[in-house]
Amino acid sequence: MRHVLSAVVQNVPGVLSNVAGMLASRGYNIDSLAVGETEDPQLSRMTFVVVGDDSVLEQVRKQLEKIVTVVRVTDVSAKDFVERDLMLIKVEARGDDRPEIRELTNIFRGRIVDVSPEQVIIEISGQERKIEAFIDLMRPFGITELVRTGRIAMVRSIDRPQRSGNIRPAVGTMKKAE
Amino acid sequence: MATATSPKTSTELVSGADILVQSLVNHGVDTIFAYPGGCSMPLHQALTRYSDKIRTILPRHEQGGGFAAQGIARSTGKVGVCMATSGPGATNLVTAIADAKLDSVPMVCVTGQVATKVIGSDAFQETPIVEVCRGITKHHYLVTDVNDVARVMREAFLVAASGRPGPVLVDMPKDVQLDKCVPDYNADINLPGFEVDLPHARPEQIKQVAAAIKRAKRPIIYAGGGVVTANASDEVRELVAKTGIPVTMTVMGLGIYPGTDELSLDMLGMHGSVYSNLAVDEADLLIALGVRFDDRVTGKVEEFCKHGKIVHIDVDAAELNKNKPAHIPVCSDVKFALKELNQIVEAPEDISDWVAKCKKWKADEPFTYNKEYEGITQQHAIHTLWEMTHKLDPVITVGVGQHQMWAAQFYKFDKPRTWLSSSGLGTMGFGLPAAMGVQSQYPDRLVIDIDGDGSFLMNVQELATLVCEKLPVKVLLLNNQHLGMVVQWEDRFMQGNRAHTYLGPIDNPEWSGQGDGVGSLHQEERYPHFVTIAKGFGCGGAYVEKKCDLEAAIQEMIDYDGPYVLDVAVPYQEHVLPMIPGGHTVKDMIKK
Repeated sequence: MRHVLSAVVQNVPGVLSNVAGMLASRGYNIDSLAVGETEDPQLSRMTFVVVGDDSVLEQVRKQLEKIVTVVRVTDVSAKDFVERDLMLIKVEARGDDRPEIRELTNIFRGRIVDVSPEQVIIEISGQERKIEAFIDLMRPFGITELVRTGRIAMVRSIDRPQRSGNIRPAVGTMKKAE
Repeated sequence: MATATSPKTSTELVSGADILVQSLVNHGVDTIFAYPGGCSMPLHQALTRYSDKIRTILPRHEQGGGFAAQGIARSTGKVGVCMATSGPGATNLVTAIADAKLDSVPMVCVTGQVATKVIGSDAFQETPIVEVCRGITKHHYLVTDVNDVARVMREAFLVAASGRPGPVLVDMPKDVQLDKCVPDYNADINLPGFEVDLPHARPEQIKQVAAAIKRAKRPIIYAGGGVVTANASDEVRELVAKTGIPVTMTVMGLGIYPGTDELSLDMLGMHGSVYSNLAVDEADLLIALGVRFDDRVTGKVEEFCKHGKIVHIDVDAAELNKNKPAHIPVCSDVKFALKELNQIVEAPEDISDWVAKCKKWKADEPFTYNKEYEGITQQHAIHTLWEMTHKLDPVITVGVGQHQMWAAQFYKFDKPRTWLSSSGLGTMGFGLPAAMGVQSQYPDRLVIDIDGDGSFLMNVQELATLVCEKLPVKVLLLNNQHLGMVVQWEDRFMQGNRAHTYLGPIDNPEWSGQGDGVGSLHQEERYPHFVTIAKGFGCGGAYVEKKCDLEAAIQEMIDYDGPYVLDVAVPYQEHVLPMIPGGHTVKDMIKK
């Protein structure tokens, strides 16, 4: 099972290493990890995709909370949320292939951000499945290079619980103090 | 230079080293174990300016200093403090830090570091000690600005001592030690994610626990290090007095409940008592207090207390449901939870049959050993030591191995914080330096390191510290010339094939497993000559091999004015029993 956890951490040197080291040494399976500053420059946000059952999720969350520089942990996927991956993909694009690539990019609401005689770079964002579908469609043209950010996610302002999707909500909300 | 007079109102410029040492004073530190080097010299210079407030003890190895700081922390509950220089000094502390992490010992470790401008250049004696220690500290700092020193020290002591305690590393580059600023010892802490207040059980949780106790027919209390940390031994005793429920303790928990009381089922787990393991196996309610269901306790965790409901009270939320799911998990300061529980708890309706059964188990299969043996067995030596010393309010430390388990079995502890053992990490060499730390806090108390010859040699250099610092620690050295616990496993599981477990010369028959199980009892033929070593360091020492001489030898050790090593010749094919092999259950218990 896939969970999206969001951790607000103190923006201090070593905090990423601390979190990554804990996850690695305890053998947790992390699918993706994205880090960036928040609206408060003293704080950063890390977004994880954790694979495992609810007991794994509970342990990951509690172990994260034990790290002194971790301020709070939220199980985003327990609520109604928006998630995005951002990808830059460099594709072979010669002659006849160009219109089709442009067409597909438009359908996926991506943008061509760089053009050379033989290649284009396309920027695309969305949910993981959309990104992966786009990768599959680009494969026949020849993918030269591909870069993806980790998952980022945000809880919607209004919770609409009857959401479909492949994520089973976990029980309860996450607060620092048990 | 700054002095300790009214530091809080000073407007004088003070060096980082002096701020750090003043912070130690502000946090009540009276003793520090510190080994100097190039990058910690300013700190040591500062320590000399505070010598009327802090006793600085020079260990003979940084690891010894680390374990001595643990000795202070474990025996008093205060934060233990040690200091080392950069590079090798710092890495020598690593084992003691990891040990403190696993046993939740509050400790502040200060390391010197190369100057900030050369950090990362592979400078002389540079190691990235914060990186090395990230996974084995509760928290860690690399201080890069002298203005941060006072705040960092406040935070370090707070983090080390609060909640589930642990080691905090403060890495101090040399230029930060020398830089000056006007210190603010009351600087606000900057730990937005850190919960300072202990978690408290909710009233409905306490009611649930009380109801479970009321309904229980076969309850047992399983108490561990968390109870010692929370100073909740009295509350456990009150709970037992109110309910009559038998108590078993982990190796970290010995002394929480008097080992001499009939409701004590002593230690449980791999080398625990037959009766405690049987009782846990048959219990319908396990009241787990300040414990973490360690594999050495549970064996095969799925089978552990399989038929019982589990109440698990611990201050660390991450321990609940980690190894063993609890029916009633309670994240709380154990002392608070027990105080609340004791106000409403009622004794179970009728557990007299159950208690009688536990007592019968205890009477039928007590810890035992071969009393017919004409020489001295380890168990006999420890039992004799207990008989002769338990009324003297001693503190006992141990190394790791067979002697540690026998001490846990045969020395009956009646008070917490009188038994110090490296339990989670299992670090050989813990006993002697830990005893040194204890003795520094209790100069007039009897402090005994029950050690094995393997463990003792690992920090034997601290005999010099004991002599030079006038710390009269006694060592009861159970010398079997082998790494006894590994030998035991070789005998049990590897057809007795000796694989580098003999500590004597390679041309002796014992080296290849051809010995007679005892070895030579001639002092001159045993290796090394521990009495000579002891005397070389300036300690008292004696050798004893005959059962009839043991008591007099122990008495001489107790009476000796100064540190003392009593080298006791013991056989090497004694096994610690009972034993539940790792990953097995109580049904697989080896009893002989």
